[in-house]
Amino acid sequence: MTLPDQTSAAAEPVLTPRHPDQTRLRRFLLDNRAAIGSLIVFIVMLSCFVIGNPGVFTQWQIYRAVLTTLPVVIFLVVPLVFVVTVGEIDLSFPATMCAAGWAFALGCQAGYDPFIGAIAALAVGLLLGVFVGWLVVYGQLSSLIATLGVSFMLRGLILIQTQGVSIAVVTVPQTLMYKTFSGDVFGIPAQSLWAIGFTIFCAYLYNRHRFGARVHVTGDNPDAAQQMGVNIKRVRVLCYVFMGLGSALAGIFSVLINFTWYPSAGDGYLLPSLASVFVGGTAPWGGVGTILGSAIGSLTVSFIQTGVVGVGLSGFYVQFFYGLIIILSLLGHRWNQVRYR
Amino acid sequence: MGERIIELKDIKKSYGRVYALGGINLHVDEGEVVGLVGDNGAGKSTLIKVLAGAVTPSSGDILIRGEVVHGWDAAKSRQFGIETVFQDRALAIQQTITRNIFMGRELTNALGFLRVKEQHKQAEKLMREIGFTSRVFSPDSIVGQLSGGERQGVAIARAIYNQSELIILDEPTTALSLTETEKVFHFVRQARAAGRSILFIGHNIHHVFDIAERFVVLDRGRIVLEASKAEMGSAEKLIGFMEEIAHPNREALFATAEARP
Repeated sequence: MTLPDQTSAAAEPVLTPRHPDQTRLRRFLLDNRAAIGSLIVFIVMLSCFVIGNPGVFTQWQIYRAVLTTLPVVIFLVVPLVFVVTVGEIDLSFPATMCAAGWAFALGCQAGYDPFIGAIAALAVGLLLGVFVGWLVVYGQLSSLIATLGVSFMLRGLILIQTQGVSIAVVTVPQTLMYKTFSGDVFGIPAQSLWAIGFTIFCAYLYNRHRFGARVHVTGDNPDAAQQMGVNIKRVRVLCYVFMGLGSALAGIFSVLINFTWYPSAGDGYLLPSLASVFVGGTAPWGGVGTILGSAIGSLTVSFIQTGVVGVGLSGFYVQFFYGLIIILSLLGHRWNQVRYR
Repeated sequence: MGERIIELKDIKKSYGRVYALGGINLHVDEGEVVGLVGDNGAGKSTLIKVLAGAVTPSSGDILIRGEVVHGWDAAKSRQFGIETVFQDRALAIQQTITRNIFMGRELTNALGFLRVKEQHKQAEKLMREIGFTSRVFSPDSIVGQLSGGERQGVAIARAIYNQSELIILDEPTTALSLTETEKVFHFVRQARAAGRSILFIGHNIHHVFDIAERFVVLDRGRIVLEASKAEMGSAEKLIGFMEEIAHPNREALFATAEARP
């Protein structure tokens, strides 16, 4: 019996009537569907606020207020996308942020240039990142519980050492560092420009760099990544190191904005930051995510509080709207994004 | 028969007190197709994982072109031109075809940023070479959207990239249609003609007999038979031998095995 030659077709080039994925606009929309989804959520929410109180929401003042404090969240949320994409979670970043901010404030208080304080803060963030990463990856602990433990321990150590006393850094506003990183550029807070730059850099790192590619495949299928020669342990540890550095930046900016370091610094950032990552369209199961979407997500989450009060509702409504936006966003992304198994 | 590409010397692998591999001596030469067969639990998968560097052997040496290699791991294995198509295909299914093909060896510039266009071009070329497509697709398609045969195509395309010298195919025809199976065979013949070596692992003895020139039979972590196609004669004889292994009367069996050169 002779089989018909099934394979001759293999030699011919595939005839390609343009695949729908290849038109440029469609590709762009498909590649960024999660980010675009979260942008739509943000625009709808903002429209509601503008309609609710046009007097307040057509003035620059209220946006300026958000842009002043939002950057701190961005420096936490963006690295957190890497950690979630690689298939882990981190709850220790508020404590890391506090510890790094402490190093920065101590440096400034001791009379050193703030740049030296910033280097110390980054070193603290780096070391804590390595420690947490080592604990999760080589200690093989669940990242949820291990980072929760580190968070409590670190916060405890800070409280023991400082006895709960905050540090005011009154000399900082006169320094070059303050003017560069937290000054005023044509009415826009400088830190928001740095945050935008950081987001764009990280988006490239995430989508167009070897590290980002390996974060994706490690989170998607760690066994396959390992079989193909990816050092998955190193990739995971590096994600935590990156998270540590981001937390350190957040700690520095928070001191620069408030001129004060509080032993409770970072406490209020845990849940809003985590929510922002998922509101932005990063998948909780790992392997897929979006930096831009999550940055927009943090804009949404940050705006809820300002917006709810600005519309004229009492502060008691804030938490309810947090919850509402989170649930609606997740439902939207669920519909928008297919999960392959 | 060309130069010896890889040689395993007395490779053992134990999990606790259980020996998955009890002293394996195996070699693959340039341009030959070796068929590896054995029942479930014979140690085929472990042996493949050792070759691919995914499992570290408890003892024994791995030689590449006659030289012992230390610190054998997955990255080293690929560096020496050994590519494996795993049974589960080892694909990241939420990622694009391109990202899967370049998994672990991305094309980058000096700063580590991906050369996206180059990767896209290479991936497209590879997929075209393989011809594994039942419908129109692009290298940016997500692997999760592909059929089983197409996914196998992605795994094979990844293996032939970069002129790999030895391609290990772990049960590549399992769960494939007749057409797709024939495509895999076509690919093996093509690769063989291009001077590459193949280690073909299969459950279907007829398939393995058709494609391979030399056979290695594994049983309970040991090689019990090594024979060329001429020595074996027919697929029925190989099947008969496999049935004998499964049979409790083992003395007769080992006599046959030792009698072979």
